[in-house]
Amino acid sequence: MRYPLAASMLALALLAGCSSTPMSSDQGASVEDRTAGAGTIPTVRPDQPQGAGLAALRDPNNILSKRAIMFDYDSFTIRGQYMPLIEAHGRFLAANPQMKMLIQGSADERGSREYNLALGQKRSDAVKKALMLLGAKEGQIESVSLGEEKPQCTERTEACYAENRRGEMLYAGEF
Amino acid sequence: MMKLTDLLRFLLIALLATAALSARAQLSIEITGAGANRFPVAVAVMEGESQLPRSVTEVVRGDLERSGLFSLVEMGPRPMSDAVPPDFAYLRTRGADAIAVGTVVPAQSGKYEVRVRLYDTRQEAQLDALTLTMTPAQYRATGHKIADVIYERITGLKGVFSTQIAYVVKSGSQYKLQIADSDGANPQTALASNEPIISPSWSPDGGRLAYVSFEAKKPVVYVHTLASGLRSVAANFKGSNSAPAWSPDGSRLAVVLTKDGLSQLYTVNPDGSGVTRLATSSSIDTEPAFSHDGQWIYFTSDRGGSPQIYRIAATGGRAERVTFEGSYNVTPRPSPDGQTMTFISRTGNGFQVAIMDVATRQFAVLTDTGRDESPSFAPNSRMILYATEIGGRGVLAAVSSDGRIKQRLSVQAADVREPAWGPLPR
Repeated sequence: MRYPLAASMLALALLAGCSSTPMSSDQGASVEDRTAGAGTIPTVRPDQPQGAGLAALRDPNNILSKRAIMFDYDSFTIRGQYMPLIEAHGRFLAANPQMKMLIQGSADERGSREYNLALGQKRSDAVKKALMLLGAKEGQIESVSLGEEKPQCTERTEACYAENRRGEMLYAGEF
Repeated sequence: MMKLTDLLRFLLIALLATAALSARAQLSIEITGAGANRFPVAVAVMEGESQLPRSVTEVVRGDLERSGLFSLVEMGPRPMSDAVPPDFAYLRTRGADAIAVGTVVPAQSGKYEVRVRLYDTRQEAQLDALTLTMTPAQYRATGHKIADVIYERITGLKGVFSTQIAYVVKSGSQYKLQIADSDGANPQTALASNEPIISPSWSPDGGRLAYVSFEAKKPVVYVHTLASGLRSVAANFKGSNSAPAWSPDGSRLAVVLTKDGLSQLYTVNPDGSGVTRLATSSSIDTEPAFSHDGQWIYFTSDRGGSPQIYRIAATGGRAERVTFEGSYNVTPRPSPDGQTMTFISRTGNGFQVAIMDVATRQFAVLTDTGRDESPSFAPNSRMILYATEIGGRGVLAAVSSDGRIKQRLSVQAADVREPAWGPLPR
């Protein structure tokens, strides 16, 4: 849906045995061999998430494919409706301690850009804290803000503003 | 919005400040009404100027006209040399209280010498004389320098026609950090990126810009040397790094970091070393700006429940609240002369540029637009450049600190934002 490119990039990164850094050229070559069915033997890495878990991140029917949490105006509280999503990602991070996540917080466009950057940070921090309560580790998550700079929706409606007050959870390779 | 009596008091303060500055300057002509009465000045075509491909006189006239402080007395196409004193009686009948005359003569290696004299027609006295050497391509810079001298002699304030401005242009998904002359001419792109760029801040010597770029998918503070294009990271800690502001001596940058939790104030050396926490709060603290003397750092904080402006000694200590009226006051920018502070205030009309007298805390809204952002003082504290929106498009505008003179900067671009007025050239 909204992550076709990001999801395929993640898949490539993981197949290349490279979960947290961009691919280097030789790793890229092994991906090509693999997808071309060149008969190479896949490397088993016990410290990588297993196939089912990985597929879950991009399976539209799995809750782990959902990444966005919307916030009320001037609020940094995660609404009850998002708790199942937070729990799923918190448990996934706890079960896969080598996985890294970037949380990008955002604000609607009204007011100062720098103040909105700080508001977006409070939102990403709120998501990070909730995930850590579920077992994710500090070192796995970086919470940052995009402020009002990368809106999902550019109309000047309350619905749009609500869409832009968000926290977005991205795994390494997706950003 | 302020009451009428407050407005009158504010204008009186502005008027007294202008009068005091005029008295200090050599010229005794006063501007009354804080810009309400335009000073009538004549700028004659310079003798020998037809040798130049582009007119210096037109640049001088355009600068003075746009400043909103002068009315140009029509002098016709007849050139007036600086070698002969002008006919003062005639100029007085034309209503010109001052006149600039000049001569352009060829100099060595394709250059020209421009000699200009400025006269007070009522005192029948020379106010100033200057000689500049220029290449024909430097006709704009030469005109700005002449206009700066005329402006300073007559108003008592430094002219800012030779300064530059920085701003960000967004067209499609492209972001460009541009530098242009203060009249919007000669735009040059210092940085082009597919990710947002915000919060440009000029080093006091005008050689470097600090800014926030999202090219690393998160906000990182860079310092960019304009002449070489070389950039270095000033702050890239875990979390967000933003809101750079130079100390007046150029030795430190105030920044906002989230490495220890919430958005908090720190200072760093421009090369990224020596990070020091300035203050610790349990609220958002952001948008730092040094006072002209480097003693205070003004900033935005929501510690009182809504975003308001506070200040703290640059060495740290207890924060003091500065704004009390209204529920949203952000982006404090103290004036270079230390007398006022401009900021953005949410009013019944939206987000507007406001100004506060630092000593009396009197404040006034200066604009009639409703989506104002990023106010930035001219180095003479007379004008405030800001971003706003007209017809759904981001534009730059300027307003005088008394609210009377309003300009719009027409930069040819889709969407312009994040302006920062550069320092006086050295």
